[in-house]
Amino acid sequence: MHRIDSRDKKKLFRHEWVKFALFSLLIMILPVLFEGGYLLNVFIFVGIHTLLAVALNLLLGYAGQISLGQAAFFGLGAFASGILTATYGQNPWLMMVVVAAAVGLLAFAIGFPILKLKGHYLAMATLGFGIIVYIIFNEAVELTGGPSGFSGIPNLTVGGITFDSDFKNYYLIWGVTLVTILLSLNLVNSRIGRGLRAIHDSEVAARVMGVNVRLMKVQIFALSAVISSVAGSLYAHTMTFVSPTSFGFNFSVELVTMVIIGGLGSIYGSFLGAALLTLLPEFLRAFQDYDIVVYGFLLVFMTMFMPGGLVRGIPSLVQNLRARIGGGASDA
Amino acid sequence: MLEVKAITQRFGGVTALEDVSFGVKASDITGIIGPNGAGKTTLFNIITGIYTATSGTVHLEGKNVTRMVPEKLATLGMVRTFQNIELFGKMTVLENVMVGLHTKGTSGILSSALRLPWQVKEERRLREQAHHWLSFTGITDLADAEAGSLPFGKGRLLEIARAMALEPKLVLMDEPAAGLNSRETLELARLIQRIREAGVTVALVEHDMELVMDICDAIVVLNLGRKLAEGTPQEIQENPEVVSAYLGEG
Repeated sequence: MHRIDSRDKKKLFRHEWVKFALFSLLIMILPVLFEGGYLLNVFIFVGIHTLLAVALNLLLGYAGQISLGQAAFFGLGAFASGILTATYGQNPWLMMVVVAAAVGLLAFAIGFPILKLKGHYLAMATLGFGIIVYIIFNEAVELTGGPSGFSGIPNLTVGGITFDSDFKNYYLIWGVTLVTILLSLNLVNSRIGRGLRAIHDSEVAARVMGVNVRLMKVQIFALSAVISSVAGSLYAHTMTFVSPTSFGFNFSVELVTMVIIGGLGSIYGSFLGAALLTLLPEFLRAFQDYDIVVYGFLLVFMTMFMPGGLVRGIPSLVQNLRARIGGGASDA
Repeated sequence: MLEVKAITQRFGGVTALEDVSFGVKASDITGIIGPNGAGKTTLFNIITGIYTATSGTVHLEGKNVTRMVPEKLATLGMVRTFQNIELFGKMTVLENVMVGLHTKGTSGILSSALRLPWQVKEERRLREQAHHWLSFTGITDLADAEAGSLPFGKGRLLEIARAMALEPKLVLMDEPAAGLNSRETLELARLIQRIREAGVTVALVEHDMELVMDICDAIVVLNLGRKLAEGTPQEIQENPEVVSAYLGEG
């Protein structure tokens, strides 16, 4: 119960900027530390996964609405970008925008009926959507190459630079991810962000306050689809090859796990969750086939012992340990 | 201000309200009382668009608002508080009031994400207005506390601050004194009177008879889903039917 006057508020605001600047700096110097090793490649995936986790967190962590179909939006972005550039020779940057807009519109259209549902029913509906899209990826062989995948996607170019190495792609993807993080931080601390969090805490009270709950849910669902689609386009142009298995149900679950483990309603938490779940398989190769079991275990463990996610759990763990060590020392 | 006509509400075979009609006059404080199960909260849920009545109509300032959703009613100047306070628990007290100012802002996803100059200006304006309503209800010092951590009495005040932020014409309060101690109830009575003095019409459901008789200009009595009586506090106190309904006689 302390009061923060306007000067403190400004300081607080500056504090947010410092945090973001430090985070960006860390991301920017990481490749130097990796010296172009394979960790650099892993961190490209951390970037893409962070983008996807932030997108889902806006929906799940802030508005409190589950989606088990995020991999579908990611896949739609990847396949559409790949096909339009490789098969039809369109401009990749233009297509990235066009595809994102189209995926956003699709999400907007299906969002109106789907987001009327709540809880398990919403989970089932988004799951169903994800599965339908996954089947299309597999069955539309003419277009997508089917289960064997789609190759020959061109790298992105800007001016004379072609993004054809891990080093360049790292900066490309993290550039987009950092901008998205910044914009998301702005968004969650605005009239819209308050509306979303209000829906999460009490939908009926939000409605009484004049928040158009239905429209807002659909808008944020569409926004998360747009971001996921952009992530998909970037993924396609980086990998130059895409296959349906990357966009299945397992990956949707993995994304939900990232958001929950990192911390619901925390943008930086999404990075932590994405980093952990991307790095973990690299260190636990033996679990590869049982990854879904490990994710399940992690989810159970986290919800039981760190319900706030890593972003809140770690500081309180450190505090507890410090208190315990401090207490032990004074006893001795 | 508010005209409720022949409201009937059935849930399956149960009739919660039958043919209830009454009016709320502008700038009055109107109390709706009745024993438990009389249908008071159901009536409030119908008026505020949370339930849809089986039959009957509700008019706000002559406009038919019978089937309007709560978010629409908010823009027409009707707002409510809840019996079991419905705060946005994980948000700060100030942010809660700023949600009450939602309809006073226009910034969307794009302008918010980009922090466009006019959005920043709007945020500042909303923040200042929110502080005004915190000081109106006397909880300025709690501005940065998490709403979910507030003691019950303060939560009530926050709910009222949040409702007032909409600058409504009509506020409906569902048992505002429930769970408050006698000192808090007295403060609440003064606050409600100040809300009326600010030109806002108040309707409240309440069990605290002392509070109702003290501040209300008009009283509607419900019993078993029907309107039993309507009148000034004086008339209600002298009405034998009301007395017997409360004492369980006859």
